[in-house]
This record gives sequence, C-alpha cells and structure tokens, in this order.
Amino acid sequence: MDLSAINPVLLIASLMVAATPILLAAIGELVVEKSGVLNLGVEGMMIIGAVSGFATAVESGSPWLGFIASALAGAVFSLLFVLLTQVAKANQVASGLALTLSGLGLSALLGQSYVGIKPPQMGMLDIPLLTDLPVVGPILFGHDPILYLGLALTAAVWALLKFTRAGLILRAVGENHEAAHALGYKVIRIRVLAIMFGGACAGLGGAYISLIRVPQWTEGMTAGVGWIALALVVFASWKPWRALLGAYLFGGVTVVQLNLQAAGVAIPVEYLAMSPYVITIVVLVILSADKSSAPAALGRNFHASR
Amino acid sequence: MSVPLLSLQGLTKAYPGVVANDTVSFDIGEGEVHALLGENGAGKSTLVKMIYGLVKPDSGQMLLRGAPFAPAEPRAARGDGIAMVFQHFSLFDALNVAENIALGMENPPAMKDLASRIRDVSEAYGLPLDPFRTVGNLSAGERQRVEIIRCLLQDPKLLIMDEPTSVLTPQEVDILFQTLQKLRSEGTSILYISHKLEEIRTLCDHATILRLGKNVGECTPADTTAREMAELMVGSTLHTPERAGSEFGDVALNISGLSVPAPSAFGTALKNVHLTVRKGEVLGIGGVAGNGQDELLNVLSGETTTQADAVKLGGEAIGHLGPVERRRLGILAAPEERLGHAAVPDMSLTENAMLTGAVRQGLENNGFLNWRAATTFAEDVIKAFDVRTPGPDNAARSLSGGNLQKFVIGREVLQDPDVLVVNQPTWGVDAAAAADIRQSLLDLAAKGAAVICISQDLDELMEISDNFAALNEGRLSAPRAATGLTVDEIGLMLGGAHGMEVAHV
Repeated sequence: MDLSAINPVLLIASLMVAATPILLAAIGELVVEKSGVLNLGVEGMMIIGAVSGFATAVESGSPWLGFIASALAGAVFSLLFVLLTQVAKANQVASGLALTLSGLGLSALLGQSYVGIKPPQMGMLDIPLLTDLPVVGPILFGHDPILYLGLALTAAVWALLKFTRAGLILRAVGENHEAAHALGYKVIRIRVLAIMFGGACAGLGGAYISLIRVPQWTEGMTAGVGWIALALVVFASWKPWRALLGAYLFGGVTVVQLNLQAAGVAIPVEYLAMSPYVITIVVLVILSADKSSAPAALGRNFHASR
Repeated sequence: MSVPLLSLQGLTKAYPGVVANDTVSFDIGEGEVHALLGENGAGKSTLVKMIYGLVKPDSGQMLLRGAPFAPAEPRAARGDGIAMVFQHFSLFDALNVAENIALGMENPPAMKDLASRIRDVSEAYGLPLDPFRTVGNLSAGERQRVEIIRCLLQDPKLLIMDEPTSVLTPQEVDILFQTLQKLRSEGTSILYISHKLEEIRTLCDHATILRLGKNVGECTPADTTAREMAELMVGSTLHTPERAGSEFGDVALNISGLSVPAPSAFGTALKNVHLTVRKGEVLGIGGVAGNGQDELLNVLSGETTTQADAVKLGGEAIGHLGPVERRRLGILAAPEERLGHAAVPDMSLTENAMLTGAVRQGLENNGFLNWRAATTFAEDVIKAFDVRTPGPDNAARSLSGGNLQKFVIGREVLQDPDVLVVNQPTWGVDAAAAADIRQSLLDLAAKGAAVICISQDLDELMEISDNFAALNEGRLSAPRAATGLTVDEIGLMLGGAHGMEVAHV
C-alpha cells in the first residue's frame, strides 16, 4: 500500500471534474421539481446529450458546438416528457421511466459509428499568474469552462429562486398549482419551460462525461449518474448549494476510493466502490433533517378544470 | 341614480349537462355591500368567476362604470380594480405572508417595502399580521387576513368575498365585519356571497338571490326576515325541524371520568369527561372550535381507544374497541372534515359508501365486496338526502361542500345507528338542506336512537337538542335541558364557568 502516491492537489482538482456532470443534472432537476414536476428521465436526457454533444464535436471539430448541441438535444428530448405529462396528462413517474429507457436505446443507435473515436479537446481555462499559483492554481483555475458554468448555474439558480419574482412564481406553481392558476399564472407554460431547462442541463451534464471526463463514446456511458442526480435533489432538500455540496462529496469520495483502489488498500474493492453512494446519502440525510420539505404539488398533474 | 359600479346584463354560462348561470342581471352600486344569495349549486361561484376573469360567459355583458368590461384573465380584472377573496384559500403554505401577497399583485414593490406596507395596512384595518411568518402555520382566520390584505393593497373598487365566514370563529367574524364596514365607508363596493342569512341581514345593503342559475329576486336584507330570504332561495316554504316528543328510553351510551392526553401539539386533552345519552335523546355539545370537539368525536367513534370501561354502550364496556367493531355494535360517527376524514376525496361516492357501510349494510361477504349493493346504497343516500350529483360514480371531490356534507351525514343516518355522533353536521350547507339534515337527526332520535350532535352553531343546537352541554378546554359541562336555556347561561357554560363558580359571578 502506498498512500504517498495520492497527490491531494490533483485529487481535489479531479473530484471537481468528477462532480460536474452530477451537479449540472441535479441543478436542472432541482428547478423542474421546484415547479412541481417529477421527471425521472434525467438519465435518458443525459445520455442523449452525451451522444449528440459527442457527435457534433467530432463532426464540427469544435467542443463548444458539441456542448451547445447537447443542451439543445436534452431540451428537445425533454419535450417528449412535456408531451406525455403536460399535454396528455400522463403519469409523471411512468413517463419519466419511459424517457430514460427510450433515451438509452436511442443514444445507442445514434452513437454506433462513433465508438472508439477521440473527440476534439476543449482548452483549459488558462489565466497567466493565477493558474501558476501553487496548490490554489491547479485546484481553482486549471479547469475547463464548463466546470465553471456548472458553478455559475448553481449560484444563478439559487439567486433566481431566492430573490426574483420569476423564482417566486416558479415555487408558487410547485407549491399549489390550483392557487397559482386562480391568481392567473400560466401553470403549464411555466412547467414546460422548467422541464426544458432541466433537459438542457442534463444534456450538458451528459456531454461533460463524453467530451471531458472520459472522453470517448460508449453505449450506456452515463452509468447511473442521472439517478444519483435525482437522489441528490431530494437529499439536498431542494436547495442548490446543498446539491453542490452533495455532488462534490459524491465526486470526492469516488475519486478517493479510486485512488485507494490503485494504491492497493486492504479493503475489498466492492466496499470501496459502494462508499460514494453510502457516504453521500448518509451525509445528506443528516443535513435534510430540518423542516424543509418537498414542493407540495410535486408529481401531481394540473388539470385546469378541477 | 348614478351609474352603478358594475352592471351585469344577461350573463349566461353553460357547462356540459348544466346551465350554471341563465341570463343573470343585476347592478352593484358604488360603496354598496351587495349580497349574492343562493343554495349550494345555485351558480354563485360561477358568476363571480366570470367577474374575476377566470371563466368567460357564453353570452351577456358586463359594464364597469358604464364601460364594457370583459376581463380575459384575473390579471386584467385586478387591473380594473376587482379583487377576490376565495372560498377555499388560494394560498401557498410553504411561502411566507409577504411572498403570498406579492404573488397576487401586478407590480409588487421590493420585499422590504412590501413588508412595511403589509404592516401598515394590516394595522389600519385591525387585522394584525406578521409579513415573515410562514402561511402554513397560520390559523384559518389569519390565512383569510392574508387574502384580504392582498386585495386591499391594490386599492380595489370591488371586493368579492366568497363565503368568507364559513371557517371563522364568531370573534373573527366580528373583526371581519368591522373591516368590511370600514371599507364601505371608504367607498369600496363589496360583493358578499354567503348563505348565512343573519350575517347578510346585519352587513349588506342589498341582496340578489340566485336559484338554479337564475336571478329570482332582490331585496333589502335589513327589511326582510331571514325566513323570507331562505324561502326565496329554496323557492318553496321552508319547514322548521320538529321533534316528535321527548320520551327517553334506557341509557344508550355512557362515558365516565374519561381523560385522554392531547393527540398532538395542536390538539386538546380531554379532562375528566362525563357524558350520558339515552335512547331517543339528542344531546347537543357546543363550544368554540379547538376545545376538544375532534378529540371527543374520536373517542366516541373509536379512532382513539381508551380503557375498556371508560366508554360503555348499554352497560357493555367498549372503550378498547376500534371503529369497525363499534360500527358493528351500532355506534356510527360523521366527523367534521369532509374531505379526507369523512370521505376519501378521489374515490367515488359508491366507494365512499362502501367504506363506512360495509359492516352494517352487508356490502361485504368473506372479504369480497358486493359493488351492486354498494351502488344501490349510495343511490339511496343520494335520493333520500337530495345530493346534487350526476350519479354515484362521481368522485367525492367533485361535489360542492354542502352536497358532500349531505352525503356523509345521510350515509350514516341510513345505516340505522343506535348511537349517532356528528360533528358540525350542517357546516357549509344552505338553509334548506340544513333543515333537512336536522330533521333527519330528529327523526332518527324519534325512532329510538341516541344522537350526539357536536356543533359550533348554537342556533342549530337549540333547535334540535333535548339536553345541552358545553366543551371548554377539553372539559365537558354538566348537561342541562335545552328548553329554557338563555343566551347568558349558554355563554357562561361556554366560558368555562363550572357549576360552583357561577355563584361568584
């Protein structure tokens, strides 16, 4: 066993990379759930984002175009969920599962010709002086722009929900859609926009896996990250900063346990592999023991007539 | 006469299978408190929804100060000075008072300014309210204040109030009326929907009466008796419930020295309760809400079990039995909360009939359900109690409050109970239907059943009870014969002066 092989600076830098896909998907889903919609299709929207971002980046040679395409593809794919739940008023749980299953299948079909190809690399943010700082430099300033976008989105969503009228209306719709309707707010329109935002975020998260974290395309490569993001939103009590904490904790434990595995620690690999899930859930369950609760209308469809 | 504030001309709105409003016309003057009267399902709510822009009329027009007025959505109506306080509060439990109010405004100021304006307005109108409290923790009266202040902050010309007093305590009603009178003196018109006729007589300047969607008459409430207005609403002569006589039989149910701790932080503990009701007797139990009514009903129905010999049915100890065993023995109960306690909102009336009727009506056989018999039973209830619904397949939620109340009471009465316990049996029910429900309770007693009626409506208790007792902070006073009780005596009983203390007053 050789723990000295683990470099703490690299470890922190790589946990941020490992956490970003979860964070992006969780922030999107948080907004969706705040509007009262439970979309279990995060995994499906992520993998659709992963394959369309990868394909676009390879074809165009630009990772930027790839990320834009992944957000668009995620949002467009979420329209299937909109059609099922907001237009046809179908059950949200079943529709979300359908979205995940069809996303996994569709992405495998689309990605067939891209297996084994390397995507173009996205440049790292390189600020002279800052990036060269010891310790702080590689941790805070040596990453790709999308990672910072994830952090910016977290702050933006937090500020939107807490300080703006748009955020207040979004929370009101998720809390009591009948009352919101009676006050004259367009419940369905607000929810459709929230679902599309969630789709775009999930798509970005997926593309982050296929373009930066891995970077290559394989079938089913999101490997449950969408489900982790879903659980994270619940355990984070629908609070953006807690979702960030949860994502970094999960990313951190994942990276640490991989390092420990490589260092040959005498703990069975199975225990190490399950540790990120166990630790994240335990910590967030302890945090979520306060009075905050789910949006009251979560998962309930709105019929204007009732 | 000057131009009225709002003039409705021939408004018609039809839904599939029912005409909710049929060429309704009337005027609301400036600074007038106008009452809109009608039975449950007479079309009052549809009418105000048209004024507030939630529903579009099929035909007819509205004039606001002489100019055509056709709000496409509530926002437009609010912009023209129309504000509405809803019957079922349209509030968001998880948000605070200021956030709730901001949601109902077109251009809310910054939260800090809004909070201070809320404080100013709420104090000016005698409705104190803390803008940063979470609405979910407020009482019914305080929640209504939130809605009223939300309306007042927009300087409304016309304030619509849909059955505002149905959830308020008498003290809260007094405060509300003072506020409304202050508003009227400032020139605001109020459209006041209610079927509590005495309220309308004290508050309103003018009344329009709807029956089956049609305007059937107008009157000046102060010059009209409650009875005349009720008869206009019903369209026929109103009969006063009458009792056959007061021959009591043996003791049917008996509670002695029962104490039960409060079930939750918001509940009331029952303290040393003694209660006896005989066959053929109607025992009325009065008291202000929250003094142990729900807890007493739960003890009687078996939802709260106690020591076996604390509750006795004809001498047999039953305190340890749950609701199903008690139903089998003949004790039935109809709790106060219709949606969620007395009935399952999303289940059909047939299913709801099955839920309480299975034991006594033989709707169940070795675990298999006899749906045909349950449907017949539900249809019987609908017919006998004039429940207005297309049929027993409709969900309980789809019925208006008064109609569902008729159903849940009728469902128990038709099961031939030996002891029937009801809590607020006519809450939210119009005058004619309330009279029918009361008559059915008296008929049941005349056939030899014991009836315990818990209610906050003292007029109702005086009308039907043989004996009257008061609940106060979980203590039940000794029962007294209802005939000859004066208002002062009842007040003392409700105030908690127990026997000996009366002498000192």
